[in-house]
Amino acid sequence: MPGFDFSNYNRNAALHAKGVPLPKATSTGTTIVGCIYDKGVVIAADTRATVGPIVADKNCEKLHYIAPKIWCAGAGTAADTEFTTALISSNIELHSLSTGRDPRVITCMTMLKQHLFRYQGHIGAYLVVAGVDPTGVGLYTVHAHGSTDKLPYVTMGSGSLAAMSVFESTWQPDLDREGAISLCAEAIKAGIFNDLGSGSNVDVCVIEKDKPTQLLRNYEKPNPRGEKERNYRFPKGTTAWLNQRVISKEDMKKYVTIETLSGDGNLAVGEQMDVDV
Amino acid sequence: MVSSNGVTGVLGEDGIHVDMNHLKSGEVNNSELSPVAAHFEIPLTKNSMAINFKDGVILGADSRTTTGAYIANRVTDKLTQVHDTIWCCRSGSAADTQAVADIVSYHLNMYGVVNNEAPSTQVAASLFQELCYENKDALRFDNPNWQDPMKVLKLMHLQTVPVYSIPLGGSLHKQPFAIGGSGSTYIYGYTDAHWREQMTEQEGIDFVRSALQEAIKWDGSSGGVIRLVVLTKKGAVRHLYLPDTNYTGPGVTN
Repeated sequence: MPGFDFSNYNRNAALHAKGVPLPKATSTGTTIVGCIYDKGVVIAADTRATVGPIVADKNCEKLHYIAPKIWCAGAGTAADTEFTTALISSNIELHSLSTGRDPRVITCMTMLKQHLFRYQGHIGAYLVVAGVDPTGVGLYTVHAHGSTDKLPYVTMGSGSLAAMSVFESTWQPDLDREGAISLCAEAIKAGIFNDLGSGSNVDVCVIEKDKPTQLLRNYEKPNPRGEKERNYRFPKGTTAWLNQRVISKEDMKKYVTIETLSGDGNLAVGEQMDVDV
Repeated sequence: MVSSNGVTGVLGEDGIHVDMNHLKSGEVNNSELSPVAAHFEIPLTKNSMAINFKDGVILGADSRTTTGAYIANRVTDKLTQVHDTIWCCRSGSAADTQAVADIVSYHLNMYGVVNNEAPSTQVAASLFQELCYENKDALRFDNPNWQDPMKVLKLMHLQTVPVYSIPLGGSLHKQPFAIGGSGSTYIYGYTDAHWREQMTEQEGIDFVRSALQEAIKWDGSSGGVIRLVVLTKKGAVRHLYLPDTNYTGPGVTN
């Protein structure tokens, strides 16, 4: 019979009914945003990846490459955003090779929505697609079920409400490059600080006509790992002793062979190993 | 192959029964796989209408798209062009209506090239009907999301000026005016009381606008701005009415 085979779905449902827990997907409980400005578009993302209540990655990358001037921010299931954008990136490259034209944002958005619609929401990819092409600046959201929206500023992911509150209160229609970057960074920070699923750093990508695309990895680090105030290295003499005996190198030579290493170079590596505290 | 898992409708002797509560609750399957995906539901577009008047037709819609309780887009454009002079209003699942409108648009443009003649509104309506009807069958292949293909779809054409309505099951109705979407239930009485044959353009605009205003007032899922498209021999003219001015302006936008 042609078409998809859903028998594994039925098997999984039966196993689940008998009490087998379902596997957990790594989810980018995320804040992602995008905003257009006079000559280009900015997208930004936080860098936290979660598995249930656990932070799986403190500094992951949620900004995905599609084409040199089309980038994508992904929320939802990490594996799905990664593989969906990689697939469309590949197809876009082949398409642009076969047509001999620069790829367009709307082409990318259409390919994404048709792919996601075919899978009826089972591919959990929630994307912000942004870029610059011969027709101008493009900024879209694509939901996992295949619906799309075209707006001047967008947010997605679990932190989208916090981020949207920043856009709705401070966005203005005549933003320049720097204004758009800082507005997006502020929106991501609203997600980082107010949404449990989002955290760590701010990644930014700036796409502008006639300029190389800039990926500003860790553009802001609002959550630096603090220096520990105390450690477990005790100073010499911490422990009291009752007596001492010094064994000289000459005494040792009676029992073992001693080889002296040269002072330069890092031969005794073990001694220099950093201890994580 | 046929299974009851995830199916939210049943085919009884007296017709198809759809569990609306299940549909409105969004994607249940996702919640088991990914906690964040469970946050999202099928975006639903609300409330749209289309009418006939003396020299053409008017389409109107609010601009709200929701995912559960969250407004995913407050300035949505639900009035979609599928050919030079053929438009539709979308209501129901955003993903499904966009997909269907894209497919119809593709076929109509192909029709225009192959036959060197613009497709009639009847052709467009039949395409919509076929897609809605055929995909109702997909239900039986354990594909639960097809149950909400389109609540209502309306098409119009500036020459022959028919208005068609295509409800969920895929039946096709030629009507002088049609309403659909969650807000439409509130304005059946209003539209029935105020509809007149042979309205002028301005009367038609006022009728659609005030009906939508009423739907927005009573339906929590409808809101934002009111968008209209007025189709006459002169072509399509877009109108915009903002809540800031109590939906009195600015009016024509192109």
